[in-house]
Amino acid sequence: MSATATLPAAKAYAPSKLGERLLSGFTWAMIAYNMLPIAIMVVFSFNIAPNGHVALKWLGFTLDSYKHAFAIQDLTGALVNSLEVAAGSALISVILGTPLALALARYKFWGKTLTDIVIFADIAAPAVVVGASLLALFLTLNLPRGLLTIFISHVAFNVAFAVVVIRARVSGLDRSLDRAAADLGATPWVAFWTVVFPLILPGIVGAWLLCFMLSIDDLIITTFVAGQTLTFPLWVYGATKIGTPPQVFVLSTFVFIGGVLLALANAAASRGKKEAT
Amino acid sequence: MSEDELPGNAREQAFLRGLTQPRLTRQNFLRGAAGVALAALAPQISRAETVTDWNAWWAAQKPTTDFVFANWPYYIDVQGSGSDHPSIDAFTKQTGIKVKYMEVIQNNAPFYAQIAPVLKSGQPTGYDMIVMTNHWELTELILQKWLVPLWKEKVPNFAKYASPSVVNPAYDPGNKYTMAWQSGFTGIAYNPKLTKREITSFEDLWDPAFAGHVGMFNDNTELGSAALLKLGIDPATSTVEDWHKAAATLRDQKNKGLVRQYYDQSYINALQNGDIWITQAWSGDIYQANSKGYKDLKFVVPKEGIMMWHDNMAIPVGAKNPLSALAWMNYYYTPEAAGIIEDYINYICPVPAAKDYILNVIKDPTVANSPLVFPSDADLKKAHDFYAFKSYAEFQKWNSIFNPIIQA
Amino acid sequence: MRRLRGKLAPYLLSLPSWVYLLMFFLIPLGSMLGMALATGDPLDGYTMSDNFQEFVDAFTNYQDSFYRSFWFGTASTVVTLLLAYPVAYWIAFHAGRYKSSFLFLIMLPFFVSFVIRVEAWQFILADQGFIFGPLKSIGLLPQNFHVLSTQWAVIGGLVYNSFAYYVLPLYVVLEKIDRRLVRAANDLYATPATAFIKIILPLSAPGVFAGFLLVFVTNVGDFVNADILGGPGTYMIGNVIQDAFFVNQDYPMAAALSSMLMLMLMLAILLYSKAFGTDAIQEYAA
Repeated sequence: MSATATLPAAKAYAPSKLGERLLSGFTWAMIAYNMLPIAIMVVFSFNIAPNGHVALKWLGFTLDSYKHAFAIQDLTGALVNSLEVAAGSALISVILGTPLALALARYKFWGKTLTDIVIFADIAAPAVVVGASLLALFLTLNLPRGLLTIFISHVAFNVAFAVVVIRARVSGLDRSLDRAAADLGATPWVAFWTVVFPLILPGIVGAWLLCFMLSIDDLIITTFVAGQTLTFPLWVYGATKIGTPPQVFVLSTFVFIGGVLLALANAAASRGKKEAT
Repeated sequence: MSEDELPGNAREQAFLRGLTQPRLTRQNFLRGAAGVALAALAPQISRAETVTDWNAWWAAQKPTTDFVFANWPYYIDVQGSGSDHPSIDAFTKQTGIKVKYMEVIQNNAPFYAQIAPVLKSGQPTGYDMIVMTNHWELTELILQKWLVPLWKEKVPNFAKYASPSVVNPAYDPGNKYTMAWQSGFTGIAYNPKLTKREITSFEDLWDPAFAGHVGMFNDNTELGSAALLKLGIDPATSTVEDWHKAAATLRDQKNKGLVRQYYDQSYINALQNGDIWITQAWSGDIYQANSKGYKDLKFVVPKEGIMMWHDNMAIPVGAKNPLSALAWMNYYYTPEAAGIIEDYINYICPVPAAKDYILNVIKDPTVANSPLVFPSDADLKKAHDFYAFKSYAEFQKWNSIFNPIIQA
Repeated sequence: MRRLRGKLAPYLLSLPSWVYLLMFFLIPLGSMLGMALATGDPLDGYTMSDNFQEFVDAFTNYQDSFYRSFWFGTASTVVTLLLAYPVAYWIAFHAGRYKSSFLFLIMLPFFVSFVIRVEAWQFILADQGFIFGPLKSIGLLPQNFHVLSTQWAVIGGLVYNSFAYYVLPLYVVLEKIDRRLVRAANDLYATPATAFIKIILPLSAPGVFAGFLLVFVTNVGDFVNADILGGPGTYMIGNVIQDAFFVNQDYPMAAALSSMLMLMLMLAILLYSKAFGTDAIQEYAA
């Protein structure tokens, strides 16, 4: 962020090396704790799966499940659906949520309290009620249930989360910056993109991540509005009646490793950038 | 929606006001606002297509080459390495009907909650055949007249091959609307290493020696039925008084700290992990657990009897290819098809003759000889059906008696 | 001209989400919650009435679950905050150019379905599992010790699932704090602790509040953790609502319970902002 970028001497604030070590140790410990269930899953994705059901009991090493990773078409399709809906609905949510967050954080206006209440209600509303009400709406509108309705519904609950995160970022931002921009003759549109947007970008990225997580994990609301379309959690939850096929672990491992690679690539890129300057 | 009753313009206005129910137009605004929900949940004054003469309806149906089959995930044969379902391929070869097989049912209640508003609004669900357990939701589908009565003459194999345990069930007398896809037992499973003795009776779920390690189901139908059997009462013919007695004994079990948890499907993990030593259990799960390396786990048919549930094939109203659905049912009730499928899913096969097919043609004696997949006549004699609710009020009565045990 | 635009700005900015939320959230939800006043059943249908009895029943029958949910929600939110704050702080101040990579790592487990995560926790925390099993066999824990099926397992599950949700808003706010302030404090008089308490903590209050909003509210209404990790006596109000809808098909009761839950949560949030009504929160609310 700007402060770090403009201040090469940021290290000056490092009064306690020990404190920093402790903190970094704690952070790594928390990351490990966060990853623990995933590690279990990755390990057991290499387990022998008799009858096509994976067990959390070590039976022997095999790569069979990986050879047939995409064997269950419905499951693969469901995963693709989930990734699409999550990425897309998170994007639309931050596009809708950013202006509202700006309005709430920077202006006093009529209906502000009401807006606060609506945003709050969107977070607090129990999933079954939201799901059922959306299904009723889609039926009334005669909108066929499928990927589109899942998408619409996910945006509906994601917007509020996006607003809360972005707003936290916007609040307390120095307004003198964009006033200065305006005084220099920039239109609000230009001022937004050149001054405000870079400042709140971390908030927008954070909100997108949050929305993505919420969307890819949603079961209840999706159940109602999915129609004949499947998402990953729907398929996995349904399969518990008979037992989880190893492909569930394998595909999840792929998603996870893909994510780790993305994080590493990002780290490498930012390192390169730093060295170039 | 009662679209037929409302001219286009009025319909639009109705929606703007959040009203699609003519009956509600006289109500005030607040009440009207509930219209959107009610439109989907309340019964329609008239449905788009109300069939009164099903014989004539069937006679008017033309054979089609499509078939949309909604089932639970992973509830059919899958070829070892591929995504094919050999049983479906064989069906297509035989009949020329292309099957769209959809694994869209996660559980009875959520699936019902998803299709009921659609059916209520008179729209087709998009499925030609669905699979539902003989719980309240299936009864509800029948009571709401949302299932098409089957044209039995088109399914001669059912009379020929169906196990007596799935013919003429209490929840659907005369198999008017349904035919079983799979059955299963709800009995007791235990880990002999931990219980350190043999289990034979529902009484054992009340044994203080297992305090804190007894698993019970959070499905109140299963929970209540186990207690009824323990008291020596047949759930299918039980009375409200019996239900109260059963609830009392369940409360007692809970208050003494015997129950570890009221589980959903996750009980099987707890049993495999050794957290629970003895539990209510579904037969198919234990079969699967045994084959997954948990060889110690045992499933027993308690001396008081055992509950038997059935997942049923049914045709929802509005199905586009009902004759294809009948063709599938007829195909399924052959030893070959049932055998191929059963060899994979391992619950209880509704076609006893499939046993020979699995033994001699597929050559899989483990499945064919398993008393969990092809139960003995003695075990089948001990099988009980769930109480078949006759009205919503009765169903609510049951809930009001058994829910507090799980919820408190 | 500019003044007019300034007046209109907040309305224009909030219009798109308002239209969207009105259409796909408020109208449908409102009509569904209106069911709380209806009488009838799913077979014979419903008629609207002024039936407030449902609310009375909802509270008298399920008040234990309400209390319990607020206790679980509060406990899990506080613990999550205590765990998430140092992590967000370290990433914001010390992770340097790897900030976003770290952030992404924290989010990553949530790309894997909750069904799998919860099953894995069941496995990790098993009575004789790879953690408790060895501890028991060397006598560090009594044989009958167990975590699963207790309220601690539920709270632990809630903490695990909301950890990332709290890190995000905290990070987003901490990251923008101007270090010159902290340095100035150091130069002048402050120990690191004082600098933290006097400068960083107040400046991060909007993040603490935003996270509280997200985590507390979703945790109080949660049902998954109690379902799978809990035991007898851990039933939360989210489970009751879930049952009222799916198991009993008692839609008016589900609607009444949901309305009450939302009202109570709103009250709790209001109390929070009153109790910690610091400048920063007012700024957040301003």
